[in-house]
Amino acid sequence: MSTITQAAAPPAKRKKNALSDGQGQLAALLLSPTMLVLGVVVIIPVFLSIRESLFFKSDAPDPNTGMVVSSEQFVGLGNYLNAFNSATADTVAGVWGTMPRLTNAFLNNMWFTVVCVALETVLGVAMALIMAKAFRGQGIVRAAILVPWAIPTIVSAMMWKLIFDADGVANKIIGTKILWLQDNAWSQLAIIIADVWKTAPFIGLMALAGLQTIDTQVYEAAKVDGASAWRQFTQITLPLMKPALVVAVLFRTLSTMAIFELPYGMMGLNKYSVDTLSTFAFVEARATRYGPAAAYSVLLFLLVAVVAFLFIKLLGADVIGDEEVKAVAAQKKRRRLAAKAAAHGQPAASVGGGGVITTTSGEGQQ
Amino acid sequence: MSRPELTRRSLLIGTLGVAAAGALSACSSGGGATTPAATGGGAAGIDWTKKGPITYVQGKDTSGYVQPTIDKWNKDHPNEKVTLIELSDKADEQQQKMIDNFNTNGSAGYDVLSVDVVWTAQFAANGMIVELPAAQFPTTGYLKPAVDACTYFNKLYCFPSTSDGAMLYYRKDLLDAAGVTAPPKTWDEMITIGRKIQATNPGINIMGGQFQKYEGLTCNFAEWLNGGGGEFLDANGKPTVNTDAAAKGVQAMADAFKDGVIPAEASTWSEEPSRQAFQDGKLIFLRQWPYVYSLAQKTDGSSKVNGKFAVALLPGATGTGVSTLGGHNMAITKTAKNPGTCKDFILWWCGPQMQKENLLASSQAPTYEALYADPELVAKFPYLPVLKESIATAKARPKAVRYSDVTLAIQDTAYGIVKTPTTDVKAALAGLQTKLETLTK
Repeated sequence: MSTITQAAAPPAKRKKNALSDGQGQLAALLLSPTMLVLGVVVIIPVFLSIRESLFFKSDAPDPNTGMVVSSEQFVGLGNYLNAFNSATADTVAGVWGTMPRLTNAFLNNMWFTVVCVALETVLGVAMALIMAKAFRGQGIVRAAILVPWAIPTIVSAMMWKLIFDADGVANKIIGTKILWLQDNAWSQLAIIIADVWKTAPFIGLMALAGLQTIDTQVYEAAKVDGASAWRQFTQITLPLMKPALVVAVLFRTLSTMAIFELPYGMMGLNKYSVDTLSTFAFVEARATRYGPAAAYSVLLFLLVAVVAFLFIKLLGADVIGDEEVKAVAAQKKRRRLAAKAAAHGQPAASVGGGGVITTTSGEGQQ
Repeated sequence: MSRPELTRRSLLIGTLGVAAAGALSACSSGGGATTPAATGGGAAGIDWTKKGPITYVQGKDTSGYVQPTIDKWNKDHPNEKVTLIELSDKADEQQQKMIDNFNTNGSAGYDVLSVDVVWTAQFAANGMIVELPAAQFPTTGYLKPAVDACTYFNKLYCFPSTSDGAMLYYRKDLLDAAGVTAPPKTWDEMITIGRKIQATNPGINIMGGQFQKYEGLTCNFAEWLNGGGGEFLDANGKPTVNTDAAAKGVQAMADAFKDGVIPAEASTWSEEPSRQAFQDGKLIFLRQWPYVYSLAQKTDGSSKVNGKFAVALLPGATGTGVSTLGGHNMAITKTAKNPGTCKDFILWWCGPQMQKENLLASSQAPTYEALYADPELVAKFPYLPVLKESIATAKARPKAVRYSDVTLAIQDTAYGIVKTPTTDVKAALAGLQTKLETLTK
């Protein structure tokens, strides 16, 4: 481009990244407004919350005047430790027995996440398979499947609340008098049904996108080889739509862990069988105990971060999908291998070549 | 930044942040502010002659009465204009906004607040609202329980604007048909009458109330507990729920659920579902607030019981029961800049004339005693004499600084009994006693 830029950039750094086209600084400049907004609305609040979670404000009134002498003091990890300690935390009785409220909320979170995401994935893939088929009225079917996803969650919560009323449609259909809206295992089931109804279409949509990238020739070849429909599904469809599906499942997992509107809208607060980390943190913040509320939110944040990390590492969820990033990573890996091989005194080229052959032959066997 | 992997990491954090940190950022909005130590909000240092424009903050006005009334004030007081700030229709969201305004030193510019009776202690103890000197705010002529609910440690912090008391709605047609001339005074009488009516009206339930787990449960539970002669807190503010009298009332509630006097689905009822059940003719007796009266009298087909019901005082263990006191009162924030106008506006708004207009427009129960005997009003609202009696004998919910915790402790205990009526009531109340002792320390 220009000689000045080339001269200013240190040559050593340039060599490190062979794929860079020398526009990194321009990219940084263009991205900075976005990063600034993210910093103000996400990163700074996160750090403020972490700071807040280390403080506790006492609000006990003076017994003689009745006036609160409030003092905010640093308690370190006290808010976190107290929450798990059944001696200091309020214990509640949900469906898992009597335990500290945070533990109960955590178990509910995990239970909802596992059950909801599993059901949604199965239903979502089924929806995608239906939506991908070419038939008369395809547009109507696609629209019908996507309607639940388009309805705001709090609105669908109100709707399901009516359905699950003691005199509601659900009880009329199954001919029972189940008290879904009380506070019991049925309430959990009601939440799960509402959540699956609402968000299976999301997975369906993402899976459909993955499905449409599969080349029809692959299926034709499979048919020629006499593969059954089930075998085509498990050997072709699932592996090829996996990248799209894993990202969808990751997003659903993260948002189900922060589930709030459905328990809040359908059941109300302080219902321990459907209490989640989000609703609990909300209750604490409403009671102006910002320290503990922030601590619970940070715990939820960490939980979500760990799960997201595991997804990316174990299932290889490709969230960013940047070819350049991948190429750079692959190049680095090759260099590392070469360096390792060189250290062992073997010729680098043969090891690298051997690796490539192994991979190719492995794919050939499948 | 120029290296791709750095950008990628930042983007990843951003993505995760959007997914996970919604709750976080919501929490930190109020957390960042360090609250200055409350100074007591005493009357000293307030210049009651200072006048100028003010704001009036209340929940969503569904009656359409508030703004036109404020316009009237503004017409007569061009230099002391009142601006209405409407908050959410949900009580806890209104409360949160008022606390946020205080935590940020009045950044929202709230001057006069419409305060729910149960927030008084918290707002007063934290110095959010100022003490109202008796000389400037005379309370003669106002219902005593409504005035008492405005005090904290024997000082007046609010001025009574609207009140509320529960009544027993009953199916007069069914009682007449069964040859019962007067509504029941005790729970036992109510159950006897109910069983008699059930014999000829199969499928009808005897009693309903609000037993979903929310503030309404605290009110209903309090009425059973108080109706048996018990009390949450004694005169000194010490918890006294593990008494025989309290257990007697609560046991009566547990038995009512156990024997099906109150249907099990009442554990999912808030105000509206219970009103619906009564209007559909599924209940003989209903514990409810006055707002139901005009709705259940509607002749547009929404109510099957119009013209067939009447109201009475709540029943108790040995005689007439005790209602829980509701209502909203007016208070002045610590950061109000024109206390003189605030005072004039409150006294005008809560005066007999405006309360009468408010009652006619929005059917909210007045706090000015004489209005309950006004012939014009009684003709329009036949329940007024009963309501006055209900409010005059009503009991306030515990005046606790940490009211949200106190009411949750009460709801936990009450909902446990409602869900499983065979619960050992004495043990449950002993547990509640321990909790309340820590909360009111």
